[in-house]
Amino acid sequence: MTQSGVDVPPKGGFSFDLCKRNDMLIQKGLKAPSFLKTGTTIVGLIFKDGVILGADTRATEGPIVADKNCEKIHYMAPNIYCCGAGTAADTEAVTDMVSSQLRLHRYQTGRDSRVITALTLLKKHLFSYQGHVSAALVLGGVDITGPHLHTIYPHGSTDTLPFATMGSGSLAAMSVFEAKYKEGLTRDEGIKLVAEAICSGIFNDLGSGSNVDICVITKGHKEYLRNYMEPNPRTYVSSKGYSFTKKTEVLRTKITPLMERVEITEVGEAMEE
Amino acid sequence: MSIFEYNGSAVVAMVGKNCFAIASDRRLGVQLQTIATDFQRISKIHDRVFIGLSGLATDVQTLYQRLVFRHKLYQLREERDMKPETFASLVSAILYEKRFGPYLCQPVIAGLGEDDKPFICTMDSIGAKELAKDFVVSGTASESLYGACEAMYKPDMEAEELFETISQALLSSVDRDCLSGWGGHVYVVTPNEIKERILKGRMD
Repeated sequence: MTQSGVDVPPKGGFSFDLCKRNDMLIQKGLKAPSFLKTGTTIVGLIFKDGVILGADTRATEGPIVADKNCEKIHYMAPNIYCCGAGTAADTEAVTDMVSSQLRLHRYQTGRDSRVITALTLLKKHLFSYQGHVSAALVLGGVDITGPHLHTIYPHGSTDTLPFATMGSGSLAAMSVFEAKYKEGLTRDEGIKLVAEAICSGIFNDLGSGSNVDICVITKGHKEYLRNYMEPNPRTYVSSKGYSFTKKTEVLRTKITPLMERVEITEVGEAMEE
Repeated sequence: MSIFEYNGSAVVAMVGKNCFAIASDRRLGVQLQTIATDFQRISKIHDRVFIGLSGLATDVQTLYQRLVFRHKLYQLREERDMKPETFASLVSAILYEKRFGPYLCQPVIAGLGEDDKPFICTMDSIGAKELAKDFVVSGTASESLYGACEAMYKPDMEAEELFETISQALLSSVDRDCLSGWGGHVYVVTPNEIKERILKGRMD
């Protein structure tokens, strides 16, 4: 019984057809590929009027920095954001998927999404893959029942906390929180504390680095402060740039002119009846 | 030996002023033996979007054929070409679908979007998008390429200067990598034309 020759786009979910071939290659002695991880320091805290989330911006591939300024604070709903650590593809895919499910749910119910809904959708998905979808998340938002902050582990367990840190830099950030956190912080105090916690992760943990991203969510309002702090600017750029003494040797050149894109504007009068 | 070192590859893309350049090496090998010196790693999806695939050559060709198929379906349904951002999301979804048995390649996507604004991005083998404003690299020579591009890149270069920069970065990086090289293949795309050039490099 052979499959039909047409490769129709599948209905969704994971497809396992290359697993056998990849296992065969690994048995032959070739090492499996390493994935982009986010190393990371991600934090969240609850302040007087809502939730503040923070993250660093370094993405690593083994020991190499693959992306110096990636976004780790993902949008889930207008009032809910989620920071992700672990395998980058998993955090992006899982947050995108739950964000779409939340939007459909909002259309069905006609109400704003609740943080606990996002939490349940995420933990169900992660538990069903038994930790193989390696996404560690800090989920925060403000809904009708108030501000909420949760952490979700790759195997599907969750915690509800007033302040939380995840990722390889979590110990460095947690030490700052444990020393300085108190209830009823104002917005500015909260942002300053989150920035300090992320900076301690950036400077002390090798898997985290570059800039600080912050997201402040309050009732009915959110502020995404991308690159709020840039404590690692590049200071050694040569002003005259790089000049090449020997030009590259070219064997062949082929020029393909592209069609001019023409703007058609309606001229003349409309036809008479 | 890693699976990505089986065939060897080097792909890099850079952003210029209203233009972009994408370049690759030309070697196809089976571990340490060279099989071909004219392997096509960069393919055109449509006039304004190019994709360079590094990694296992069989997956490079299979993935390219699947992507062209999906783009043609899109063209039939929407009666227009895909924007580069949309195409990057499509590639990411196709790669993530195979999360537990992935295609063993790393794509580099480069295109001109709305208002001729250049767009580049790269992904790991399971579709984690990495958007960059300056340059992206992939392949066995990626560590050298990171260093060379970091040093040589400047923002807002015109097409000719961009070509010179990307070629120098590519050739100097593949010279330090046994598994890639044997010349270079560079596409520089501006809103008016696509310039494809074959570079002369060290043949060792």
